[in-house]
Order: sequence, then C-alpha cells, then structure tokens
Amino acid sequence: MDLTLLTIKEVHGGLKKKEFSALELCKLYLEKIKEKNKEIFAFLTVNEDSAILQAKKIDDLISRGEEISILAGIPCAIKDNILVDGVKCTAGSKILEDYTAPYDAGVVKKLKNQEAIILGKTNLDEFAMGGSTENSAFGPTRNPHDLNRVPGGSSGGSAAAVAANMAAYSLGSDTGGSIRQPASFCGVVGLKPTYGTVSRSGLIAFASSLDQIGPITKTAEDCQIVFDAIKGKDEMDSTSVEMPKIESRLRRDKIENLRIGVPKEYFVKGIDPEVEKIIKGAIKKYGEMGIEIEEVSLPHTEYALAAYYIIAPSEASANLARYDGIRYGYSAKDGKDLLEVYLNSREKGFGAEVRRRIIIGTYALSSGYYEAYYLRAQKVRTKIRNDFEKAFEKVDVILAPVSPVLPFKIGERIEDPLSMYLVDAYTVSVNLAGLPALSLPVGKVGKLPVGLQIIGRPFEEERILELAKYFENQWKI
Amino acid sequence: MITKQEVQHIAKLARLGLTEKEVEKFQKDLSLILNYVEKLKEVDISEVKPTSHSLRIENVMRIDEARVADPKIRKKILDLAPETKEEYLKVKSIF
Repeated sequence: MDLTLLTIKEVHGGLKKKEFSALELCKLYLEKIKEKNKEIFAFLTVNEDSAILQAKKIDDLISRGEEISILAGIPCAIKDNILVDGVKCTAGSKILEDYTAPYDAGVVKKLKNQEAIILGKTNLDEFAMGGSTENSAFGPTRNPHDLNRVPGGSSGGSAAAVAANMAAYSLGSDTGGSIRQPASFCGVVGLKPTYGTVSRSGLIAFASSLDQIGPITKTAEDCQIVFDAIKGKDEMDSTSVEMPKIESRLRRDKIENLRIGVPKEYFVKGIDPEVEKIIKGAIKKYGEMGIEIEEVSLPHTEYALAAYYIIAPSEASANLARYDGIRYGYSAKDGKDLLEVYLNSREKGFGAEVRRRIIIGTYALSSGYYEAYYLRAQKVRTKIRNDFEKAFEKVDVILAPVSPVLPFKIGERIEDPLSMYLVDAYTVSVNLAGLPALSLPVGKVGKLPVGLQIIGRPFEEERILELAKYFENQWKI
Repeated sequence: MITKQEVQHIAKLARLGLTEKEVEKFQKDLSLILNYVEKLKEVDISEVKPTSHSLRIENVMRIDEARVADPKIRKKILDLAPETKEEYLKVKSIF
C-alpha cells in the first residue's frame, strides 16, 4: 500500500498504532519528490536532512509512548513566500535568490509546535503575482494531471505537490485566488480563510489588505485539521483576530436546512461550457439531497476584476519598495550613486509581471490619478462587499465556479497580461470582501479537474468545510 | 495611450530601471489595463465610503516599550545586507 495516499487522520492513526514509522513515511515522500520533481518542478528547495531528523524525533516520541499531536510526523510543503527559519525563501524572484529566512513565519511556528515535518519550499509566481506559476524566475511548475498544462497559480507548486503525492498537505497564500485556483486546476482542496483569521507574520507581503495564508490538502477533513492548526491571533500581525466562538453552533446546524445561493452573474459569457456543466451538476447534487437552492445576485461582480487590478498593484507597489538593493536581496554593484543602485537592482532583480504591477500601482497612486483610480476602486470594493452582505441575508453559503476555464497550456496566456487576469474573474471578489472560500474538486473534463467554489460569511469556515465533507462523503471523490 | 514620457516618469517614481524596449512594452500594457479599468466609471459611487480593509477593527495599541532584539537574530538580519560597516548598512553616496 502506498502510504503517500493516506489522509492526515489515517497517517496519524498508523503512526500511533506503529503500523509504519515517521521515518519510513518521510523517506517515501522524499523519494517521490526525487522521482517527480524534475518533470513537475513543484519544489524549489528540499530540506532532506532536517526532515529526516524531525521524523526520527517523532519516532522517538512514539516509542516512548508519548502523546503526539495530529500533525506530528506528517510531511508538508510550504509555499516559498512563507519564511522558515534558516531555509532559503525566494518568493520565486531573482531579487531574493540568495535570501535565507532569519525567523519562522507565525504559521510555521504553529506547525513546528505540532512537530510537523517540513519537506521543502514550493514554487510560485514571482511574489505571488500570477495565475499559472509561469512567472517564477526559476521556471514553471507543471500540472500533474497533464504536464503540458499549468497547475494554476500563484500557489502552483503547493497544489501540484499535494496532487502528485509529494507532500501530505501544503500551505499556500491567496491574494486574488492563488490558493483556490491552483487547487481547482490540480484537483485538490484549497481554503482561503476569512481575512485576519491566519497570521500573515512572515508571509512576504504582496497586497496586505487581501493576502491570506491557507491550507491545500487532499480532502476537506484534512483541510479542517490544518486550518485549525494555523488559525488564531498572533501578536506579530496586528490585523489578525481570534475567531468568534460560533463553531459549535455551525456544527450543530443540519446541512439539509442550509440555504444555498447561486449567483447568476457567475454564469455568463466567458465561462467554458464544460466547466459550467460540471459546476451546475455539483450544485444539483446538493439540491437532490433536499438542500434549498436559490438564485442570488451579486450585481457588481463584473467590476471586481477592475477594482482588484487597481487595489492589488497599488498595495504591491508600496510593499515592494523595500527591495532596494540596500537591506537584503540582490544588489547591483555597478551604480555610481544611490539612485543607480535602486534603479539597477530593481531592474535586474524583478521579473516582467512584477514590474508591470509596480508600474500600474505607482501610476494609480500618483498625484492627480489617486482619486480617479485608487479611491474609486476602494469605493467599488465597498459595493462588492455590500453585495455579499445582502446575499448572505438570504442564504448561508454561495456556490460558484473557481475558474471560468480549464487548466490552460503552458505559454498560452503569458504574453497577454489581460487574458491571464481574466482567469481570476470568479476569485478576486472574495478577497476584496475578506470572505472565506474553498475550492473542492467535483469533477473532470477528460483528465482535467474542475473545482467548485464554496463561499461563506466571515468566520464561517466550519460551515464551508462541513458542506465540502458532505459532498465527499455522499459522492466519494 | 499613455506616453513614453509618462512611463519613464512613473518608472522613476517607482525606482525601477527600464530599457528602451521595455518603455514601449509598458506603454502598451499600461494603456490596455487602464482601458480595461475604465469600466469602474460605470459604477455609481456617490455616497459610498471607500473600503481599505475588509474587517472592521480598531487601531491596535501596545505599551511603548523598547524590546531588546535577540543578538543572534540581529546578526542574521545584518548578515543579509549586501554591505555593512560596524553594524551599520553601507550605501553609496547620494550624489
């Protein structure tokens, strides 16, 4: 039996009953990485030695009869924009090619407290900007279901690693769909939590009002376990919050009594008819179980992408000002004065998409344009949020597609930035409104997976996860 | 269409070196994207407050006390800098 196919609970049980050791499991995963990484390129860094050391430590604990936590000894992968102390953290950029993290991110501290095994760091679009992982300075990741196609992005490495059983679970980050879209493209589960529920300390900032770390897993149950492990307030992130205690209430609510909303604006031109068919089929399955389904309207949906592509680059242009060739990262030595060091370091260190977004953001924030672009986009953001608030007065969750298209071919969209941005049409609203949303694999077109997006009210992750588990249990996927 | 001069001006504000060829490329890209976001003008935003943050949270305060950094972390951070001198970051002259 292949141990890398097991869920977190199954591994935990197996370790406790001594059916296999943590070392055995860890070595299996490392072998899989060696075998598959050349073609899939999910990992940028593999920590073989520290992973094995950690596995031995867990086996020691078990042999001494000590209690182990649910994630102890379970090998995971971390997106390479999340800091792991002493390990290189590149953000997929040349500018951080030789940067070694000087401390652990808040989420990594939490995983380490649970004795998790960190196998390595996964590939991403440079600074998480992109939807295909083609923007990595180190080369693209390939979709395990079809090596000619993209795994989605920006957390493409994290999603591909889980899909190809090169890690039991992984962490990604989601600013405009960067967990959900690759999860959909790779046929795994991905959760973008409510803004603030997971600490962003140690996450390399892209757009601070939208960024959120979340789990990518094989099943909804695994997703719940990892989410429970990483959530919570962190004094190192002043925007993080403790989740209100509504979980037990949500768990008590009968699934059959939930009201599901389907936004009509998500099924318009632009969606691939085959994707639409699978999503509508999945929604119908919930209906057949007696759950009430009704149409809702999110009238400002068509403006979300435009608002996002002002707000996210604006925040990025400010966040990326820190890469100046002075404090850390790549530094061009050839400048004659300080200004030239800035100009040359940033010219050579940043890739095309990152520079494009810095330019857009700087333009939108520059004097004379601020009100026309940035302020207007923030007001439209309010409208989008109000749409959701209104819809959630009528329904408890919203079901929609994650992506309007199937995983596309490598190279197909990279030359045309706007065609790449359009892939984010169904995911960015959720970030603008700060809501939790999950991508659940619900079908395939040929060998290409399709993800259903389950969107909830703020802090109602529990409900989303229950609904996802319900689907998995009813229709064994 | 955004002019070449505008792209060069923005790039300088962003401290971003661009080659001549890139100036043209960004001229085109930026115009396309700005053209796309024009649709935001269709939305009635009169009497709408801007959202800068999705959670309604108050300012977070802490006691204004200096925290002494762990010397090991301090060293790690200084070691990441391209050039240092006696625990200071060294930079090129501004002229």
